[in-house]
Amino acid sequence: MAHRLLQSTLAVVLAATCGMAVAQSPDVSGFLGVEPRVFVDEPAFPEQPGAGLSPSAVVAPELRADWNDGDDQLTVSLFARYDGDDDNRTHWDVREAYWRRNLGDWTMLVGVNRVFWGVTESRHLVDIVNQTDLVEDIDEEDKLGQPMISLEHWGPETGSITVYVMPGFRERTFPARDARLRGPLPVDTDNAEYESSAGNGRVDWALRWSQTRGNWDLGWSGFYGTGREPLFVPRTDVNGNAVLVPRYEVIGQLGADIQYTTDAWLWKLEAIGRHGHGSPFAAIVAGFEFTVFGLRGTSADLGLLAEYLYDGRDDSAPPTYYDAAWFGGARWSLNDTQDTTVLAGAVINDAGSIAILEAARRLGSSWKLAVEARLFLDVDVQDPYLAGYRNDSYVTLSIARYL
Amino acid sequence: MKLVLRILALALATTSAASAQEAANQALTPEEKGRSIAVEAEQRYEGFGNSIVELAMTLSNEEGRERTRRLTWKTLEVDLQGEGDKSLTIFHEPRDIEGTAFLTHTHIDRDDDQWLYLPSLKRVKRIASANKSSAFAGSEFAYEDLLSDEVEKFDFLWLREEACGELQCHVVQRVPTYRDSGYSRQVVWIDQSEFRPQHIDYYDRENRLLKTLEFEDYRLYHDRFWRAQQMRMNNILTRKQTTLGFGDFDFRTGLTERDFDPAALRRLR
Repeated sequence: MAHRLLQSTLAVVLAATCGMAVAQSPDVSGFLGVEPRVFVDEPAFPEQPGAGLSPSAVVAPELRADWNDGDDQLTVSLFARYDGDDDNRTHWDVREAYWRRNLGDWTMLVGVNRVFWGVTESRHLVDIVNQTDLVEDIDEEDKLGQPMISLEHWGPETGSITVYVMPGFRERTFPARDARLRGPLPVDTDNAEYESSAGNGRVDWALRWSQTRGNWDLGWSGFYGTGREPLFVPRTDVNGNAVLVPRYEVIGQLGADIQYTTDAWLWKLEAIGRHGHGSPFAAIVAGFEFTVFGLRGTSADLGLLAEYLYDGRDDSAPPTYYDAAWFGGARWSLNDTQDTTVLAGAVINDAGSIAILEAARRLGSSWKLAVEARLFLDVDVQDPYLAGYRNDSYVTLSIARYL
Repeated sequence: MKLVLRILALALATTSAASAQEAANQALTPEEKGRSIAVEAEQRYEGFGNSIVELAMTLSNEEGRERTRRLTWKTLEVDLQGEGDKSLTIFHEPRDIEGTAFLTHTHIDRDDDQWLYLPSLKRVKRIASANKSSAFAGSEFAYEDLLSDEVEKFDFLWLREEACGELQCHVVQRVPTYRDSGYSRQVVWIDQSEFRPQHIDYYDRENRLLKTLEFEDYRLYHDRFWRAQQMRMNNILTRKQTTLGFGDFDFRTGLTERDFDPAALRRLR
């Protein structure tokens, strides 16, 4: 259904383009790469693959064109992954396929797009437009394309105000039963349930206002529609296995993301209030980023990050790991010709800790090498969010060729 | 005797008329003279409204190995008191950072505002303004070399006149007054015919000569605006070099405030 909707949106966008005269300077870009993962430990569940190498490959082509002096823009951005061990992670998606029209202070967009809201690093609390592509990474930074029509107004005093109308809900992706990095029970992604009688055909709405006032960057947002986070309902599948069926509720959410920037300090706050997932609740992420520029006389910068996370949801809401947690990290940027960066950090709470190490460097002018390690430490086997990951510490090596 | 006096008076009058300008200059302190030269240079540079230029940035290390970045540089002049220009750079190469954009609103009397756009995450991120001495895109240019050029951000001292190539130059020292600068001082050679910077020596905080910048291949646009088509920065300590090669400058292109708002970064791609 979701893919059918994407395909019809894509058809509309392509038809719109073909109707235009020749688009100027179509630009093809993107990348393809291999991303083998190594799982360090033997698995928590017998059906999962053992410790060792798990092969994977990605391709992500992009096409951009514009005409009318750039007032009309067309973008198509596709993504596909092959995974040797996880049938659900072998998937493809239309990340973006939209036509954007600038009309003076107004901008209209029709098609599939990705939209990011927020300022913090450890969790993207207010960011709610796009569904999480969870099989890509459990950090929830990879998103599925969202069909939408959006209208933005910009004014020098008012800043940017955008209305989003989102027809067509995208279901969250989950690893297969016999794959790593899944919950204590496998998720049955074929039988999702909805609170809305319209199912995944409900039209969702969002509104965002963002502006800059001196040292302050302010974002206010509202969302009303089918929440992107599912509840999990225990069921038995056709083969008699215990499974979790995702259930998507209609929610309302108000969000604020605020950053105060001064000299080498970034002070950050994200906060939401949400109803529709159990009792109404609030959640925040608050912290700072402090950068030491020109570390020890070199051209390298060292950024130090600390954030506190709180989430007031009750047990009838989708499970979260961030009910009361701390994040600390350091980002080392060499500022060299090859853009070498290293990020190390950890989120710590009562249920266990997730430590991460990321390093990346360009090779030559069009290759990129990256290593990502994620470790699950001292995990409480009863924790509904983290327990399934307890034996899934991994290291990913990625080598990508950019077009 | 009377005749002698009359001849003397006449001679004095002639001299003072001829050197009125010089006398006026001599009345200026070296600080005032340095500043007036910088003001003249700034006034001749300004008035273009806005500009777009394509640019190749070539980095070479001590062994001569080269890496090239390609970017588009957009500039908007701001005439408000206390405000500096707005600047937007968009990277095209290397391809893994294609679409990455960097927006700066410079200010005279307070820290600049800077935003980074990361297209892979579609994220606009306000970044710290204390990065003035950091390398821009891994080059030998620091952020402050490219973005902090307003007269109000320096104290000046005229040093001397001397030949610079085929031209005659004013040699002016300038000391950054904004915080977080990586320099104790800079010495700028400005030609006397068109008041264009020809050469800058950068001294680090320990007052060692750190870098030299050469402005080459000046071209005149619209009979008014001189722009160097090439700028070559040499790091004396590391022996690394960065060359900026500019394409044709487009002036008065229709860019407005709207194109330099952080919200505009999301519309780039």
